[in-house]
Amino acid sequence: MTTAVAAKDQVRTAMDPRRYLGDAWRRPISRAVVKALLTIWVTTTLTFVLIRLMPGSPVELKIDELIQTSNGSLSYEDAKAIASGLFAINLNAPLHEQYLSFIWNLLHLDLGNSFLSSGTGVTSIIVAVLPWTLFSVGTGLLLSFGVGIGLGLLAAYRRDSLLDRVVSTGGSLISSIPNYLLALLMILFLGVQWHLVNFTSMRGAYSSGMQPGFTPAFIGDIFYHASLPITIYFLSQIGHWILSMRSATLSALEEDYVTAARARGLSDGRIRTAYVGRNAVLPLVTQLAISVGFIVGGAAVIEQIFAYQGVGLRLLAAVTQRDYPVIQGIVILTTVTVVVANLAADLLYSKLDPRIGRAGGATG
Amino acid sequence: MTTAILARPTLGQRLAGPWHASVEFLRLLSRRPVGLAGFIGIVFFLLLAFVAPLFVPFQNDPSLVDIYQTPSAAHPLGTDFQGKDVLNQIVFGGRDILTVAILAALVSTVIAITFGSIAAIIGGRIDTTILAITDVVLTLPKLVLLIAVAAILRPTSFVFLAVILGLIQWSSLLRQIRAQVLSLKERDYVEAARSLDLGLIHIVFREILPTMRSYIAIHFIFATTDAMYAQVFIVFLGLVPVSGSNWGIMLYFAQGQGALFFRDSIWYILSPILAITLVQLSLVSFASALEDIFNPRLRGSA
Repeated sequence: MTTAVAAKDQVRTAMDPRRYLGDAWRRPISRAVVKALLTIWVTTTLTFVLIRLMPGSPVELKIDELIQTSNGSLSYEDAKAIASGLFAINLNAPLHEQYLSFIWNLLHLDLGNSFLSSGTGVTSIIVAVLPWTLFSVGTGLLLSFGVGIGLGLLAAYRRDSLLDRVVSTGGSLISSIPNYLLALLMILFLGVQWHLVNFTSMRGAYSSGMQPGFTPAFIGDIFYHASLPITIYFLSQIGHWILSMRSATLSALEEDYVTAARARGLSDGRIRTAYVGRNAVLPLVTQLAISVGFIVGGAAVIEQIFAYQGVGLRLLAAVTQRDYPVIQGIVILTTVTVVVANLAADLLYSKLDPRIGRAGGATG
Repeated sequence: MTTAILARPTLGQRLAGPWHASVEFLRLLSRRPVGLAGFIGIVFFLLLAFVAPLFVPFQNDPSLVDIYQTPSAAHPLGTDFQGKDVLNQIVFGGRDILTVAILAALVSTVIAITFGSIAAIIGGRIDTTILAITDVVLTLPKLVLLIAVAAILRPTSFVFLAVILGLIQWSSLLRQIRAQVLSLKERDYVEAARSLDLGLIHIVFREILPTMRSYIAIHFIFATTDAMYAQVFIVFLGLVPVSGSNWGIMLYFAQGQGALFFRDSIWYILSPILAITLVQLSLVSFASALEDIFNPRLRGSA
């Protein structure tokens, strides 16, 4: 009798959805996935609200514009029907249905059509420009991460030396200059005043007449055109990595396991890389993912200054043209990209740090 | 004995504490040349932006014969594309931009402190919820969102712009404040206050937050630099239909008018760049020096 009750109890706890959800929530990986989905949902809903519900929203503006440009030949209903097609939303349906079909279309990667060139899908527009931004931002970010971590480690080991002062002060100063001002200064001095760099030849993602392909000439050309944005992303991030790595290393150096490793007579090089370096770099991996979001946003202005054909430049063009489906599509797709980068960092983090991978481990 | 303790301090005694603290603070600061330079820079730009306009006449009349002049005695920094004096614009262009940055930093800091300490002190489900929202906001590509929000809402007032800027940048500070409060919560003096049943309000405002004063001040300065970055970013891109003159608008026109590629107008475009850059550098170096002073663990042998 008692065993039967106990068994029943066990079944109940196993089936209890709240218990099950709680367990899942405690698992860092499923938590990261939930967080990622939630972030995407928040952004999509926010864009829907902004475009559809705000007073003087783009939908209303477009309807007014259509009526005005047609000189009264379009009735309000007709204009609304056209706007429905443009925004890929059925404006006559109740709001919740509009919202659901908006989400449904998104799930099918259907972001509607551009206002300007009707028939061109927003998705194909974005797919054409996204790789360039990912390439330049990714290269700049990884370069600054690698170099910054090396310098930070060095600065921490030579704490209070001249090298430490120069590296950490210089790094923090150069990174506190807004990156777009750094870009302007670069054009101003390297290009206009001293004539060292020919900026006009570096515009665009690659030279016209270049055949895209995996040829050395084309790859060289890509790097030539991306070199300025990459330099700016590098310079504007490097100080952050130096300082974070420096302070992470300084606190790792005080840990007992470093003392223990020293006492065991391990070589300095091994302690530096496998003990101090590895532990110090761990928290920076998550920061790397967060800074992806920051740089992708900041890329808009950098791409505009250097006339580099990435997502940011396309976004600004869409803003001046009031091409809302493109704005909306870029916002959503950038968010998805950033969220995926964060998710990858979370997963990588749990691989790098075995303590995190287990359920019920350290919590944020 | 008891009366001596209960006696209210005289004005001199009351001022003595802050006075000694400021002297000690300046002494510590003077040992850090970069931090001192930052402090002087901040004072200079605050005076330039808020006091100098009271003494200098505002010149807003375009003069077509004077466009793109190189620096001279009459126009120390030259003139712009409309023949207006650049130095005059620098003097009058600081107030709005600094006000918006400070206001935005205030908004984000208040959000971060309020919800960060609520999450840490109450804990449980409220903590989980606040933390989940923060995590979501933390990952959003905020500058992209800022572009979209500015493009659709077209903020015309500076207060509205400041609120938007403040609303997008509180997330990382909230996490840090929460972590700080969580660790302070376990300290003996907070335990003592709790065992005396002094109430949540007292514990937060009288016991925990005062300990974090310097920490909050430092992060307030960093929040100001972030807000300044985002603000000039959005103004420079021409996404905010603003009127008047501030350093960001100067930059927008200078770039739009092609002053960047015009060799003689270097001071026209360089002036707003330098003004913004120097403000940012001053704020960051001052805040780093503060961090150094208030965090004895990092103070070391310097």
